[in-house]
Amino acid sequence: MITILKKEINEFLDSLIAYVVIGIFLMGIGLIMWVFPETNVLDYGYVSMDVLFSYAPFVFMFLVPAITMKSFAEEKRNGTIELLYTLPFKETDIILGKFFGGLLLVLFSILPTLIYYFSLSYLGNPPGNIDTAGIIGSYIGLVLLASVFTSVGILVSALTGNQIVSFILAAFLCFLLFFGFDSLANINVWSSGSSFIRSIGVMVHYEVMSKGLIDLRDVVYFLSASALLLYLTKLTLKIQRGE
Amino acid sequence: MSIVVNQLTKLYGSQKAVDGISFQAQKGKITGFLGPNGAGKSTTMKIATGYLPLSGGTVEVGGIDVVTSPLKVKKVTGYLPEHNPLYLDMYVKEYLSFIAAAYGLKNHRSKVASMIALCGLKVEQKKKIRALSKGYRQRVGLAQALIHDPEVLILDEPTSGLDPNQLVEIRKVIKEASQDKTVIFSTHIMQEVEALCDKVVIINKGKIVADSDVSALKSLGGNGTSYRVTFEEEIKEDLFESVGLMVNLVEMNHYSISSEEDPRKLIMKVVTDHALPLVSIMKEEQSLEGVFQTLTKEQ
Repeated sequence: MITILKKEINEFLDSLIAYVVIGIFLMGIGLIMWVFPETNVLDYGYVSMDVLFSYAPFVFMFLVPAITMKSFAEEKRNGTIELLYTLPFKETDIILGKFFGGLLLVLFSILPTLIYYFSLSYLGNPPGNIDTAGIIGSYIGLVLLASVFTSVGILVSALTGNQIVSFILAAFLCFLLFFGFDSLANINVWSSGSSFIRSIGVMVHYEVMSKGLIDLRDVVYFLSASALLLYLTKLTLKIQRGE
Repeated sequence: MSIVVNQLTKLYGSQKAVDGISFQAQKGKITGFLGPNGAGKSTTMKIATGYLPLSGGTVEVGGIDVVTSPLKVKKVTGYLPEHNPLYLDMYVKEYLSFIAAAYGLKNHRSKVASMIALCGLKVEQKKKIRALSKGYRQRVGLAQALIHDPEVLILDEPTSGLDPNQLVEIRKVIKEASQDKTVIFSTHIMQEVEALCDKVVIINKGKIVADSDVSALKSLGGNGTSYRVTFEEEIKEDLFESVGLMVNLVEMNHYSISSEEDPRKLIMKVVTDHALPLVSIMKEEQSLEGVFQTLTKEQ
């Protein structure tokens, strides 16, 4: 698994896409956090990183599929999937290697946002007057959200042999998973079932965590959603090989 | 370590790509695996390497079942797939190091260096694979298949699309590397089979149509005996046909004369009776191309 993970990271960092994607992500988040008049933290007057955590899912919907779109689609297009399968790797190792490779790259992309924490901490009155525990909790929520979106990206990449299709489909599925169930639950036909439908979606779980509140139920939700999506990836690959 | 294929069947939907084939590839021998396009060669090789699942029968590599212990089989097998898929954005050394890590080899650097030397990649070792010519890419593919010193080597058309010089070089590498290994090698080039292979298995429409030594196979295709007869000038073919011989003009003044039994006496009789200007008479060897065509057309 480590061998695949290293390969994924090297391959991604070796391509121009990596720097474009990460650069645009950081610029977008930076503009929202520090420049745009409606959202910038300087005008807000409070030392808070809520803006980052509430806008991050929107940016992740594009960032994560851009990172994962290559994973299986490119291997299939180039025929290197045959090479991977005939090397002594377990199928699970290949999937997990690609998943953790993608996740690490997403984490690597959000790493520079830690500077915002230190900047805000310095700007606080008195300096250091910031809810560190809450921000740590929110970052954990962000990592778990990245994990679900990465699993979606890996699954979709396994479904298709085309990177562009993989990107568009993964972005759409991430959007659907985040907002879809919440919007569905808002339709006034479900009565008591609406809260159950809402709980299937990512949004309700992320909103709790983005406020820094770590509830074990939400953690279990994120981890099991990732595991389920990765299992579906395994099934997809097995079916494609005729097993 | 031998490869034993027994009653192997592979279905794609209702279509039988491989239909109950059985053969063995012995250690220390290069087994040529021949057949027309779509005959089932690549499918069989993909099953033997654990890439594709089988529908029936068994494939054992050194007594290890491919279905029940695929990882063990992969560890002892080197495989060069058809079209030689490579990570084009990797450097040659980086790619070979990745493969070495995949096999869990401890001494990466020395293994990579020895493969680069064996496959003649020294000049190109610092280039990206994308920048290499087809011949060098094929060498990288071979280095990939050989890096863990596998006991079994499965090469799917390793020389297709190469120019004559590259072809000779790659054949040399295969010959050098395949000593004491079990090698299965698929190709469409019959001269290659004669140059490299000890044994030939021919498959057509998913079934085995020949499984024998190269020399024995040559005799399979011949119906009767044939002689190449050369004259100083053009002769009338019906002189030979009138005594029951079959005559074909091969090129100017060169004729292929054959019959069910040895035709030499009859040929000499016609030559002396009509005072024909004979230059030479030579027994014709049945070519592997001819055998291949005969065997794969009959089915």
